Amino acid sequence: MSLALGLLTVLTVSAGAFFFMAGTVGLLRFPDTLSRLHALSKADNLGLGLVVLGLLLQAEGLLAGLKLVAVWFLALLAGATVAQLIAHTARPGDPPM
Amino acid sequence: MADFLLGAAGFVVAMVAVGLVRILRGPSDAERIMAAQLLGTGGVAALLLLAKAMSVPAAVEVALILALLAALVTVAFVKGAGRSRGDRA
Repeated sequence: MSLALGLLTVLTVSAGAFFFMAGTVGLLRFPDTLSRLHALSKADNLGLGLVVLGLLLQAEGLLAGLKLVAVWFLALLAGATVAQLIAHTARPGDPPM
Repeated sequence: MADFLLGAAGFVVAMVAVGLVRILRGPSDAERIMAAQLLGTGGVAALLLLAKAMSVPAAVEVALILALLAALVTVAFVKGAGRSRGDRA
């Protein structure tokens, strides 16, 4: 059982690290601001989400697990807000906030 | 398991550090703040991995605060960018 959980943790954390790599590659290689923002959102939400999911399988107790989920939830809320705000500044015709 | 988590934390930090090249290259301020945002999220992920790998539970609290402050940085940037653009117009 613990071997299976460990294997799942290795898989999900590796997938999360892959999404961070994809975010970096996208940020460096994509041609314009909005597509770079798209790559950044993937790294923010999926990369951190998969890392948290993998660590959740190893968490000791309910409180430690809830704290991990809280970190991810905060990052999700912040990422969604921040992506909208950056996209707003990137559009040339829009009035300033 | 601890070795693997430590390696994963190092990998995430290395990837995010490579992304900082975008701060040098620009071209606009939006790209620069995006690289800083990626650094914030990568830092949170690395801190969570380190907390488990090195059995330092307090690092989860640090990650929580880093996630909060990384969001505030970008909000402050957008408010400042809007103001300076308004001044020029």
